[in-house]
Amino acid sequence: MHIRLLDIAHARSGDKGDTANVGVIALQPGWYPTLVKYVTRDRVAQHFAGQINGGVDRFELPNLNALNFLLHGALDGGGTLSLKTDAQGKVYSTALLRMVIDVPDAEATAAGLPAYA
Amino acid sequence: MSDSSRVVRVASGQGFWGDWLEAPRRQVEGGQVDYLMLDYLAEVTMSILQKQKERDPRMGYARDFIGAMESVFPAVAERGVKVIANAGGVNPVACAEALLEAASKHGVRGKIRIGVVTGDDILARLDELMAAGHELKNMDTGAPLSTIRERVMSANAYIGSDPIVEALALGANVVVIGRSTDTALTMAPLRHEFGWAADDWNKMASGIIAGHILECGAQSSGGNCMHEWRTIPDMANVGYPIAEASEDGTFVITKHAGTGGRVSVPSVSEQLVYEMGDPNAYITPDVVADFTSIQLAPDGENRVRVHGITGGPPTPFLKVSIAYRAGYKAVGSLVYSWPDAMEKAQMADRILRERLDNLGLKFDQVLTEFVGATSTHGALAGDGHDAPEVMFRIGVRGENRADVERFTREIVPLVLNGPPSVTGFAGGRPKVEEIVAYWPALLDKRAVSTAVTIME
Repeated sequence: MHIRLLDIAHARSGDKGDTANVGVIALQPGWYPTLVKYVTRDRVAQHFAGQINGGVDRFELPNLNALNFLLHGALDGGGTLSLKTDAQGKVYSTALLRMVIDVPDAEATAAGLPAYA
Repeated sequence: MSDSSRVVRVASGQGFWGDWLEAPRRQVEGGQVDYLMLDYLAEVTMSILQKQKERDPRMGYARDFIGAMESVFPAVAERGVKVIANAGGVNPVACAEALLEAASKHGVRGKIRIGVVTGDDILARLDELMAAGHELKNMDTGAPLSTIRERVMSANAYIGSDPIVEALALGANVVVIGRSTDTALTMAPLRHEFGWAADDWNKMASGIIAGHILECGAQSSGGNCMHEWRTIPDMANVGYPIAEASEDGTFVITKHAGTGGRVSVPSVSEQLVYEMGDPNAYITPDVVADFTSIQLAPDGENRVRVHGITGGPPTPFLKVSIAYRAGYKAVGSLVYSWPDAMEKAQMADRILRERLDNLGLKFDQVLTEFVGATSTHGALAGDGHDAPEVMFRIGVRGENRADVERFTREIVPLVLNGPPSVTGFAGGRPKVEEIVAYWPALLDKRAVSTAVTIME
């Protein structure tokens, strides 16, 4: 089953130098394990391939049902050097929520995940 | 008497310089609060203030602060509300003088006792520090400060809660600081009120996390909140967040009754992950807080209880924020309309770039974005085909001001000598900006000493 992150999580992003952080929070506690399992570091790096110049780090915050991603080299130099509209990485949050993951039907149904057409 | 049920209320009144002017007054008038926390400083603010101070030695602080204080003088002078603000910028003493002048004008001069914290400003000491072996390497690139030393405009160490606590102990009802950590503005009054030991890491970490939740103003009470954003009520009258803290380090995030916005587990969670690095180690000069320890629980309408927080000892370093001159930039835009808006915008980009080349202009970077199509989400947003309109936005950056200046004259001609159905040029030529870049570094704590002066 296709699952779009926008339908199972909310997010906020910000900057630290040339790195953008995206915190992704499951809309229901029962959906956090899906994020942990499918929204891996590699999957996120692949999602942003061509848009960021550096690597991706992932941290788990099970207490907040959240994952935190650091996208290095995401801000065209960052801060005042950046010529980007989104020089402070404020909307990398929604860019990540565009991601569509594949979850086996039985697993998705058991977790009550909403299908994305 | 030690009263375990005693609650200290710290209200957030400003999340950055430029935040809502209404917020400070609403926070002190909307209900009971003990402290008003005002955060004015972003990373590059210090350099702007340094420029202002060079032009006028009485400037160099956040001017908005004086107006904010005028709006809360009755609460401070008559009801004992105390204010903690990092409005001092690169000139906290001048900030305090201006505040005392305003207090005289409002007839409350005898009731304002300002604790001025200094010592964070290390600009005049940079050469001495470098000579003593402090390299002040860029934390991101590893380059030593000597590579840009002559371009430095300001240099400040992020100081922790100690001098703010000291100012409160000296009876200050307004504390004016330069570059402290944003979180210390909330944590210091809690340390002062509850007498937390400086090595009571869990309580110190709790204070820091309360600070993180408050430091961006309404971002934890419904502002910029993605979760169920359509249903967040009365955002025109959004209530800014308040921490109701207890001696044991637990606290409740709430807002005044009758205000708009929403305090919920999701709204607080969004703020907790904002600008987060490694959640296991949120480093401050006071404590290293563990964000994976935070427990959130609903506690009634617009109330979230925060507990379980743990922390550990800090590192031997202070973070230093250095601003330096890094060339010039300019950004301009034009709007192209349907049909084929994206193709026209792309053609404009090709034409303009060819003209910049033909003029022999030199830039470190030229960046084009197609706003309305791909500017913020890139290829993830599709190709912009059939968009009703596309903004062609192009920026350049370089060391040579004249080249950047010439670039600004090359955009508007496209209206008559480029692709068709173009508009949105009413702003005229873009302005050339001098770039002030940010150089983060670490400095041995022992190299920085702070002082507190009472002015009244």
